[in-house]
Amino acid sequence: MPSLTPESDWLQEEVNNVTAQANSLTLPKSKTMENIGRSWYKFSRNPMSIVGLCTVLLVVFLAVFAPLVAPYPEHAGAFVDFANASRPPCGRYLLGTDVVGRDILSRIFFGFRFSLTMGVVVLALVVPPGVTLGLIAGYNQGTWLDTIIMRLTDIFLAVPPLVLALAICSVLTPNLFNAMLAVSLMWWPWYTRLVYGLASTLRNEFFVSSAEAIGAGKAHIIFREILPNCISPIFTKMSLDMGWVILIGSALSFVGLGVQPPKPGLGTMVADGAKYLPDQWWISVFPALAIVVVVLGFNLLGDGLRDMFAAEEV
Amino acid sequence: MNTATLQAQDSAGLSAGTPLLLEIKDLYVHFDVYGGTLKVLDGVNFTVRSGEKVGLVGETGCGKTTTMKAILRILPMPPARIPGGEIYFKGQDILKMGEADLRRVRSEGISMIFQDPTAALNPVFTIGQQLEAVVKYSLEGKKLSRREIRERAIIPLREVALPDPERMLDSYPIQLSGGMRQRVCIAMALVASRELLIADEPGTSLDVTIQDQILRLLHRLVEEKNVSVILITHTLGVVRETTDRVYVMYAGNMVEAADTRELFARPMHPYTRGLMDAVPRLTGGGIAGGIRGRIPDYLDPPPGCRFHPRCDHAMDICRQEKPPFYRLSDNHEVACFLYRDGG
Amino acid sequence: MTTDILTVTNLKKYFVIGHSGILKRKPITVKAVDGVSFTVKEGETFGLVGESGSGKSTVAYTTIGMYRPTAGNISFRGQNLFEGNRTRPLALKKEIQIVFQDPGSSLNPRRNIRQILELPLRIHRPGDNRLEEIVRLLEMVELPPDYMHKYPQMLGGGEKQMVAIARALATEPSFIILDEPTSALDVSIQAKIINLLIRLQDEFHLSYLFITHDLSLMRNVASRVAIMYLGKICEVAEAAEFFRNPYHPYTQMLLSAIPVVSEEEEKLKPKKIISTGEIPSPVNIPSGCSFHLRCPKKMDICSEVDPVMVEVEEGHTVRCHLYGQP
Repeated sequence: MPSLTPESDWLQEEVNNVTAQANSLTLPKSKTMENIGRSWYKFSRNPMSIVGLCTVLLVVFLAVFAPLVAPYPEHAGAFVDFANASRPPCGRYLLGTDVVGRDILSRIFFGFRFSLTMGVVVLALVVPPGVTLGLIAGYNQGTWLDTIIMRLTDIFLAVPPLVLALAICSVLTPNLFNAMLAVSLMWWPWYTRLVYGLASTLRNEFFVSSAEAIGAGKAHIIFREILPNCISPIFTKMSLDMGWVILIGSALSFVGLGVQPPKPGLGTMVADGAKYLPDQWWISVFPALAIVVVVLGFNLLGDGLRDMFAAEEV
Repeated sequence: MNTATLQAQDSAGLSAGTPLLLEIKDLYVHFDVYGGTLKVLDGVNFTVRSGEKVGLVGETGCGKTTTMKAILRILPMPPARIPGGEIYFKGQDILKMGEADLRRVRSEGISMIFQDPTAALNPVFTIGQQLEAVVKYSLEGKKLSRREIRERAIIPLREVALPDPERMLDSYPIQLSGGMRQRVCIAMALVASRELLIADEPGTSLDVTIQDQILRLLHRLVEEKNVSVILITHTLGVVRETTDRVYVMYAGNMVEAADTRELFARPMHPYTRGLMDAVPRLTGGGIAGGIRGRIPDYLDPPPGCRFHPRCDHAMDICRQEKPPFYRLSDNHEVACFLYRDGG
Repeated sequence: MTTDILTVTNLKKYFVIGHSGILKRKPITVKAVDGVSFTVKEGETFGLVGESGSGKSTVAYTTIGMYRPTAGNISFRGQNLFEGNRTRPLALKKEIQIVFQDPGSSLNPRRNIRQILELPLRIHRPGDNRLEEIVRLLEMVELPPDYMHKYPQMLGGGEKQMVAIARALATEPSFIILDEPTSALDVSIQAKIINLLIRLQDEFHLSYLFITHDLSLMRNVASRVAIMYLGKICEVAEAAEFFRNPYHPYTQMLLSAIPVVSEEEEKLKPKKIISTGEIPSPVNIPSGCSFHLRCPKKMDICSEVDPVMVEVEEGHTVRCHLYGQP
């Protein structure tokens, strides 16, 4: 949470006062729309957030509809066309072809699929347990439960992440699934740490005391009272992490432990093309650029979400 | 009785002998936010004479602090905007000043004490560093050596009756209690000789006994130094005990202005009366029902008198026209159509 | 009117805030509450007054069950609140409710008013029609029914506090702790809340433990008042008597410091005492009477012996050497 100067604090207060009153005058129905409008107003104040959002939407669209939008969908697999091998970018192959004649643009579209799958699956595996552990430890701060959970996360955080992933992938069969498993294993402690900090502050809020005084159960307090107040930082971290997971996934693919050829992982493509640098630069440079675009898109989106939530929470 | 009549003469409008130190004329402040413009200040008029202690009372969110921020030009712009009005400090319009003149006003003319002394002090610097910075940037301090600056910084700490001022200079704000921090803030505000001190709820975040000490200290210092004071508060009792003249503010308008004694003896505006009745009395007897409704929405404030939706005496004219100030006596003005014919 | 609903007996609550000594074995304790006893009678408003650091909120939080007492006990209608080591039974939680000072933090910003009011109904009154009951609760605190769809940040400070009061009422309690319920609000709103609380007390025969630092407010709401200073009670009396005849020097100091709005009130303020000094840190409580450092009537004995409670007049007890039995 950004620290505010006394002046802006005061202003926010006055503006909040006033806008709170404005809000209460509108009808209940229209309020959801208004809230969306307000959030959008905050999100869109930074044009880079819009750029991020558009990039992410575009990438998701391309990935989902890759078979329809890719010029040569069949080039995604083990396809060989030596007649058109190593073509530089031209009208027929916008981003050129690789050494066996596959269209790089098409393969990038399919590469997005693997990258996004990687990101979504890893986050789906990581966020629920990480957040739950953080909530439990934070709510029970100072007890043995807190000690056990937090020391465990410390142990996981102490292992260099890429080394752990490399170790797991090289012990198990190197494929996309194991790569995701490896990344997940080293990723959950970050969520635990984030939520732990939030929950240990929130548990001292009077609304938690009120719920306890009423007699609400622990599950209610943790998931209904505390969790909703952690949602925005979690969301922001997720969108920032999407980029990071994709980057690490690509790195694993690059060293041959992720997506296996002939499947078009973005990292794998960069690695394959690296041999033909600098003469046939397009084979590795365009997939690398694609990685940059995806990661940057998610990061900008994450920043935008943070702005949106931050202003809302003051 | 004698002093009362003296005070009455003293504030008898512009004809009085004492010169005006600060004069706000028809000030408007708007904030641009999502969904439109908050029309917060709506033609505020306000004067302070040399050596006068003026109170400004009103509920939370009625624009007291906004007015004071406008005087020091520390409103964040945007979102704030000043579409109209003049603020004269010693005859010069602050709103039209250049950076250099403005800096001189801030460093030598007007200083401000905030409600929350914890937020007003920077936690990573010692009291001494912060005080010395104030000494250094007040113009007369610019030629001083480091030792002289330090010596000059101790003086105000002594004046605010802080124990062990030398050691205090090396303490961090966190090592002091709330009352001591507020004393430091007052010391800082009075380091350089000032002509006007704006105190924004100086005792509100403190305990009663500490608030009492702070207010007495403030009172003593302004008498000694002959500084004019604007005291902003929502506690009527504090105003009664520490000021000569009071302005009552509601939703960005001044609704009543009078000598302090006069106002407390004869509150006229329905809003002032409502406020006065809502104060719990030491004599007991229960508390009146307060004022119904709440401060209006500044996005779309009510037309005419902004108080009319909450007023028990609202008439047709109140919904259409904004009431001007009606002069009831030399020392009492009220912006309410009930007093059209002079009360 | 005469039966006791809540009895606090020699309540102590110490917090360990760190350790000192070479081996860090010696605990540093804060004696937040140090031997407090009082009773609240059925249907009355018992006022607990004190400055920050006096321990008045700790008494409240211990009563509601947020802390376990270090020593002493609290009993509710004869039943010990801290029997055994288990959590407080729901039946007791239903009877004792609390309204906190800052309605901004006592209402979860991510839950709407309906969800907030639904919780106590779901737990304590499972059979009732919840929606109907929420509307009734809102009516009780003079809020329109469509407020149930709003979130706390859309309400003004006074309205939030009304929702907090409605939530406390939802369990149909007999005893409500009011922890500075109006000190964050403007006077015009305070007046509304106080009148509402008084009306509700009559209507549902509630007993209040009213905590505040504002003596003039206390004068108008409490039937009996106790003053706390550094974890101990200095003076207890009927409200009217208390203000007419304050005995303890600290009470007199508090009264003299109150800013008032009329001449009649001015006459009630002790003239000779002016406030000096600050409340010391509860980590280092002065020896003897903890007030002696600030006391204008300090005697030699004060720094050595801690005075005991003496009944000076019927129903008016003071803990000060000035009024010690001869």
